Amino acid sequence: MTEDNKAKKLTTKKTPIPEQDPAVRAKNFNEVTLGYNEEQAVAEAERCLQCKKPMCVEGCPVNVPIPAFIKAIAERDFRKAINTIKEANVLPAVCGRVCPQEIQCEQRCIVGKKNEPVGIGRLERFAADWERECGMECLLPQVAPSTGKKVAVVGAGPAGLTCAYDLAKIGHKVTVYEALHGAGGVLMYGIPEFRLPKSIVTQEVEVLKKMGVEIVTNAVIGKLITIDELMEEYDACFIGTGAGLPKFMGIDGENLNGVYSANEFLTRVNLMKAYTFPNSDTPIKVGSRVAVVGGGNVAMDAVRTALRLGAKEAIIIYRRSDEEMPARREEIHHAKEEGIRFELLTNPKRILGEDGWVTGIECVRMDLSEPDESGRRRPVEKSGSEFVIPVDIVIMSIGTGPNPLVPESTEGLATNKWGYIVADEETGRTSKEGVYAGGDIVTGSATVILAMGAGRKAAQSIQEYLLTKK
Amino acid sequence: MAKILEKRLIRTPDVYYFKIDAPLISKKAQPGQFVIVRLHDQGERIPISLADINPYEGTISLIVMAVGKTTNEFVMMKEGDDILDLCGPLGKPTHIEKVSRVILVGGGFGVASLYPIARAFKASGSNVVTIMGARSHDLLVYEKEMADVSDKVIVTTDDGSKGIKGVVTAALKQEIDENGADLVLTVGPAIMMKFVSETTRPYGIHTVVSLNPIMVDGTGMCGGCRVPIGKDTKFACTDGPEFDGHLVDWNLLMSRQKTYQDEEKVSFMQWKKKHEHINIEGK
Repeated sequence: MTEDNKAKKLTTKKTPIPEQDPAVRAKNFNEVTLGYNEEQAVAEAERCLQCKKPMCVEGCPVNVPIPAFIKAIAERDFRKAINTIKEANVLPAVCGRVCPQEIQCEQRCIVGKKNEPVGIGRLERFAADWERECGMECLLPQVAPSTGKKVAVVGAGPAGLTCAYDLAKIGHKVTVYEALHGAGGVLMYGIPEFRLPKSIVTQEVEVLKKMGVEIVTNAVIGKLITIDELMEEYDACFIGTGAGLPKFMGIDGENLNGVYSANEFLTRVNLMKAYTFPNSDTPIKVGSRVAVVGGGNVAMDAVRTALRLGAKEAIIIYRRSDEEMPARREEIHHAKEEGIRFELLTNPKRILGEDGWVTGIECVRMDLSEPDESGRRRPVEKSGSEFVIPVDIVIMSIGTGPNPLVPESTEGLATNKWGYIVADEETGRTSKEGVYAGGDIVTGSATVILAMGAGRKAAQSIQEYLLTKK
Repeated sequence: MAKILEKRLIRTPDVYYFKIDAPLISKKAQPGQFVIVRLHDQGERIPISLADINPYEGTISLIVMAVGKTTNEFVMMKEGDDILDLCGPLGKPTHIEKVSRVILVGGGFGVASLYPIARAFKASGSNVVTIMGARSHDLLVYEKEMADVSDKVIVTTDDGSKGIKGVVTAALKQEIDENGADLVLTVGPAIMMKFVSETTRPYGIHTVVSLNPIMVDGTGMCGGCRVPIGKDTKFACTDGPEFDGHLVDWNLLMSRQKTYQDEEKVSFMQWKKKHEHINIEGK
């Protein structure tokens, strides 16, 4: 095909992906986007220019060979496509759904310079879903013969699961310790069913188990077993405990009934299935008017969950403008489609209550001034602009901090001033020999794919460590 | 999974003692800590204080009173049954040190969770006084056990059917006035712990309370158990469950405990209905 033909063939927009109608999906917990069928996937794959120096690969934290897998889809060799992805990415069905492709691979896509970039995330998801449908046998990778080495992984979230997968694949005996009753970490308790069906996560975990990875649930490391005790039994250890400690604003009324952290709200709904109450035992306060404070992905998840639980109005309160909102554009777009109200350049001053229950949230309008250290324009209060939004539920989604249970109970494990574990960015090595760390417990709240990248890098350095260790 | 090794009715009709096979937990658990239990796939996670810890046997003990759906399901479990999820030990242990005189105050079946604490203070060489109260004599539990690990036990009942007639706070005040105390520690209903704290406040005696707010994960992740302590907001699961009773915002704690009152009723009614149905069919 000549360049000319290619240019002619190139459609300016991504092949549309079927989605549930906004009015319908706002009332159910089923997945919002439905995924490409084969024809749609092939059509989209044909938009790829197959660049010799693919910028998209550089934009991917785990360097998935993107043009190669897309080429395979275009050639309808879906088996080859998924195998190519899996050389680099353990959880493609997850990443195809929740990765912020628009600031990673797709941002670098050459097609995207003039048109919409190739829908790399959608294609990754297509390949992964194609494979999932053919069952467990397809999903199991070749596992190398046992090396006799034992590695403990602390935390069964994206970082830990990736690290466990890579180490098990090369023949090490891996045991994953998880504090909750189910594996998956934020994939299970945080990201809602309508963005990431839990059956996908459980299937990925099943793959690990079939590979010989042991998963010990209800094991709070730092309380039940310490890192030092693990190191007596294992040759190396990886800590991927995440940033799970919710932050609050410290404003009046924050401890009233009806005020949740996003973590609690989402954990009740996702992990504990409160949306099926009373069939599941864990309750949740639904609320008819719900305010979510924050502008990140978690805030979008919380506000869209509140809507699905039956809130008549669900509102985002964010102190900067639309442009600075850290959530993915797609999530903001979906939220708007579903009827979420956005109160931007608005900051809560206090939460009002009556008889112990939330009745409203007093806010103030903000102006943006000069950029601060984060590079974003600093919001300042517009004096005299205070107003009250009547609500019965408030969800605080202003970020999380590191869980102190592991650092607190591990002597000699260096942490920074915020309490995150100090680990080398490239190797995951910590101040303790044989102990590696990665994901949010090192970087602070980031994305699933960055945590997976950290788990992968740590697995490589653990392998080197095990080979050189006498 | 954790197996129930022993089950005993300790107060008719609704309070049971369970001994559970938990070798790892029993080796780490300390007095004052708790576990989180989930009974089945649709079950909720509930925190329960440790009523005993036996690292030699590899067991822990829990006292459960049937109140709502989950606790009713729990007390229906039999010896040999498995608890689906048992997570712990959680929370910070009681700070145990030798003091010349510690008064432990317990109400109702909450006295049971004072047992390992009393034993530890006794072992530290402290003089241990236990004050235990209930509405009536038949609602008292763990009298004998507490006597084994205390230098003195004072029983109070609201109706005077046993021991001193009246509430625990009156007995506490009298005991402090007559013999003094370096430390008071209390476990029980929030309202009782509040009044114990109010009783000791004028004396300036350090008073430790073990709080029981609503929890989900028990590891610091959700913040549902947060409670104002002085100027700070603390998480009972990781910072507690024990706090300085003179700094606790009791009204807020008690208000937050009632968050799901309506839902708890719905859940329990549905369970009862379903359960009656099974009974009828069973006949």
